[in-house]
Formats: sequence, structure tokens, C-alpha cells
Amino acid sequence: MSRLPVTKTPKPYVGGAFIRSESGRTYPLADAAGAFFAHLPQCTRKDLRNAVEAAAKAGPGWAKRTAYNRGQILYRLAEMLEARAEEMTAVLVRFGVARAAAAREVAAAVDRLVYYAGWADKYEQVLGNVNPVASPHFNFTVTEPMGIVGVVAPDAPSLLGLVSLVAPVIVSGNTVVALASEATPYPAVLLGEMLATSDLPGGVVNLLTGFRRELVPTFATHAHLRALNAAVGPEDAKALRLGAADSIKRVRIAGAAKPADWLSAREESVYAIRDFLEFKTTWHPIGA
Amino acid sequence: MLAKSSSAALRRLFDAVGPVDAVGIEERVAKYGTRSIKKNAKLWGLKTAVSMVDLTTLEGKDTPGKVASLCRKAVQPHDADLDVPRVAAVCVYPAMVRHARRALGTGTGVKIASVATAFPSGQAPLETRLAEVRAAVADGADEIDMVINRGAFLAGEFAAVQDEIAAVVEACGPAALKVILEVSELETYDNIRAASFLALQVIRPGDFIKTSTGKTSLNATLGNNQVMIDAIRDHYLDTGIAIGMKPAGGIRTAKQALTFLVAVKETLGDAWLTNTRYRFGASSLLNDLLRQLAKEKSGAYQAPYYFSEAAESY
Repeated sequence: MSRLPVTKTPKPYVGGAFIRSESGRTYPLADAAGAFFAHLPQCTRKDLRNAVEAAAKAGPGWAKRTAYNRGQILYRLAEMLEARAEEMTAVLVRFGVARAAAAREVAAAVDRLVYYAGWADKYEQVLGNVNPVASPHFNFTVTEPMGIVGVVAPDAPSLLGLVSLVAPVIVSGNTVVALASEATPYPAVLLGEMLATSDLPGGVVNLLTGFRRELVPTFATHAHLRALNAAVGPEDAKALRLGAADSIKRVRIAGAAKPADWLSAREESVYAIRDFLEFKTTWHPIGA
Repeated sequence: MLAKSSSAALRRLFDAVGPVDAVGIEERVAKYGTRSIKKNAKLWGLKTAVSMVDLTTLEGKDTPGKVASLCRKAVQPHDADLDVPRVAAVCVYPAMVRHARRALGTGTGVKIASVATAFPSGQAPLETRLAEVRAAVADGADEIDMVINRGAFLAGEFAAVQDEIAAVVEACGPAALKVILEVSELETYDNIRAASFLALQVIRPGDFIKTSTGKTSLNATLGNNQVMIDAIRDHYLDTGIAIGMKPAGGIRTAKQALTFLVAVKETLGDAWLTNTRYRFGASSLLNDLLRQLAKEKSGAYQAPYYFSEAAESY
């Protein structure tokens, strides 16, 4: 007896749930061979707004976790991805990445998560400071997460690019609203399924699928987003910077100076964590 | 014996006011959210909703200072360049009425509403409750929010419930009255409709019926609101007396508020789309309305912390 095929409806991961676009819109996605793959939600600025609300709800609880616990959870996410590495590699291959390159990309994504998981309870020692002052004060600088950060993933590498932009942001207690690669959004959908099983509280990472031209203006102007971490071309970068100026948000464009070499260890750094921190300096009086 | 007579009384009341088609109500209110309200209509709706807010703080930790800042927010909800109207009223405990009066002064157009009659339970002797009403009015309250005696209602003592409402109407004097049915404790739509009529029959034009205290788990829903505005419509068509409506508790977003306004427009008509006949009992709703108004003006979604902190109670 032949079985009816059971096909998956790809749905992005927002607020701890798998959603459809509030608009009901979808768009057909073809694989590298040109064959129909699935319909994906074409998220709108309202979906972005809803995702920001979800991130806002999750933020305080996430930031309050101990650094050690955030590290554990990021490491757990790496475990989830490692366990489903075969499936993820096959997906990347289906969307046009050569098999060897796809396997390298998945391994690099796992390693990148582990790298930032390790930093979780260490960056504070490196970035914070006790400052010498010429008065009877104990003067020290500590870091705090900024809040909700918008991420615009590069078209390729669709998985490694997204992971490289998200991990350094959430490790310090920020929350993320991310737009998946427009060319190859499905790996991000699959990553969402791993996020859901990784002990990461719902709403800390929110993934949207859709078109950059529709969503970049809202990423730029939404005042509740405190910073943007994007891997986009000069035109989108300009739109993001212009829009961000109004609400004075920080913009970090990956690969702006020279093209990003995502696989390289140069793309992982404590300074990527620093870019999404606020620094607070305290003057504490000490007795004579 | 008591149970028998109370069930007979219940039957008589239900015969008089008619039953509620619960499935039909749910069906109908589910459709209200599907109306597309954009641009100018949305702007109008948001501003109208602001003008209907009873800005509320009802907490044990209320202080004169907190009430004063609530009053300042009521008079000017946001920067002048947003061009928003004042809210309809501030709603406080009786002990805070004189502080609110001092903070508001006269001539702002913002009314002072005071909950009274042993809010939120209503479980105090009638004399005590009436004295509380008189004291609040004497201190300068323009409106009184009373709770009905749900215990008596559920026991079938409808005449007692109605007499108490009539007594409070008298104690109010010139102040408008809002009768809180506390719908979550009435349990069925039939009971809500019956309780609505008990109130409607004895209150005056310009008075209100109100869903809830905001102190229980379930508050104003579109369904409860619909049953009550249906009762107001039926009463108006019968007698020509126009009574107002105030859903309270649980209305936190601008979108919810617009949906309630849709219900009002499609049930009672434009004549009720004014703050003399429709109010929202809320505290956090105002900030969301302002946030959406600012978004309509600037085109950019706003961060919640651009707006002053709302009072924390419902």
C-alpha cells in the first residue's frame, strides 16, 4: 500500500511558537534544482512588531539568568544542532551548497555557538574594569545588555551567517528579532526547531522569513530595537543607518569594511559581544 | 424552601428580560475583530478611545502623590504636539477623591470617579455603603462606581439588589452612577442580562452599567460587553432612556479598544460613541493608545518606555 506524503509546513519561530504571517501571505520557495519546495510565510512589518513585543516580554527574564546559565543554554543549542547536523547539511545541499562545504558550514555553526557559549561568563572580566581615580572612590565599569536587537542575516551562508550574528548578541542577555536569509530561508526555519528544544526561553530569539525590501525599513525605524546587527549590501546598510539615526540605535554591519569570511575564526570575537553592550560606570565612596 | 422561591423569582426575571443566545453572541463578537480600520478611521478611533478612558488606580498602596500624577496625566496624556484629547475621568478610591480634586482643580473637564459601596466585594452593611457614597460625593466625586450585591443576586433576592441600587442612586445626588455587575461572578450570559436589567430599570439617563471591578480573574470581554450593550439597546427601544456602558479590566491594547468601539457602533450606533455614554476602565490602555497615535504620526513603531509609566492596577 502506498503512503500519502506528509510534508512539513515551514513556519518561523517567534515568541516560542511556530507562526504563520499575520497577513496570511506566503511565497513559494524552490530548491536549487528549481523544484517546488514549500510555501513560506511572507512576514510583514506587523509580524516584526509582534516579534519585538515577544522579545520585550522575554528580555528581562533572559538578562536575569546567570551568565553561567546562558552559556549552558547556548551550548545546549550547539548540542541540538550537532545532533541534527546530517539533516541540516542535507537541507543546505538541497539549496545549492556543495556537500563538503555544507558539512563545513554546519560544523562551523556548531563551533561558533560553543565559542560564544564559552564567553558567557568571561566577557565581563575582559570588558568590565576597575578604574583608577584620584579621589576616595571605588570606581568600576560593568556591562549591561542593550535590549532588543534586530538581525538581518546574509543571503549566504544562510545558516552560519545567521548563527554568527545572533550568538554574540544573545550571550549577554539581549534578545533578537532576526530576518532569515532571503535567498535560502529554510535553514533558519530548521534552526528555529532546534532553538525550541534548546532550553532557550521562548521569545529570546525570534526568526522571521520574508523579503528584505519589505522589512528593512521597519527594522531601521522601530524605536524599540536598540541596535541592529546586519550583513547586508551598501544600499540596505544605508537605509538601516538612516532609519536608525532617528531612534539613535547602534548599527553594526558585518562585512562593511571587507567581505566577511564567515568560516574563519576572525569572524568570532569578544568584540562582537561588546558591540551590543551598554557600559555602566559606578562611583562608590570608600572610607578615608 | 429558599431555593425553591429563589428559582421561581429567577424564572420570573428571565421571562421578563428574555434569554441570551450564548452561541450567537460568541459568533457575533468574533466577527468584530475582522473589521479593517485604517488611517483616518483608526486615528479617529484612537483619539475617541483616549477621550473615553477612565484612568484608574485602585490599589492599597495608592498615595496622594500617585493620584496627583495620575491626574496630571489625565489632563495632558502626552506631549502637546501629539494633539490628544484629555481622558474622561480619573477613577480612585473614596479616600483619594479629595486629593484628586485638589490636583485637578475645576474646569479641566476631567471628571473624578470614585468606587464606593465597599468596593470590590460589596459585602458591607447598606448603611455603611451609602455613607461611603455620600462621603465621596461630598469630597468632590463627579461619578460613583458602585458594586451590586452579587451574593443577593445569586440567592435570587432580586428586589433587594434593585432596592440597593435605587438607594445608591438617591445617595449619589447630582453625581452620575456606574453600576458594576462584576460579570465574572455572575457566571452566565443570562445572569448578566438579568442583572443589567435590574440596574437599567432604576438608574437615570446619564448613568452607566459597568462590567467588572478588575479585581477578579476574568474581566471585560467582548461577549460580556455585547450582552450588556444589547440590554442597553433593548431598554432604550422600550423606554427611550439612554444608559451608558463601561467595560473595565483586561482592556490593555489599542486594538482591543477599537474592537470594543466597533461593537458599540454596530449595536448602539454613533450616539453612543462619546464619553458621556461609553467609557473604558483602564490604566495601561492609555499608554498603548498613545503609542499607536505616535506611531500613526511618525510612521515608526514606538518603544513603550517613551511613554510615562501607567498606574499598575487594571
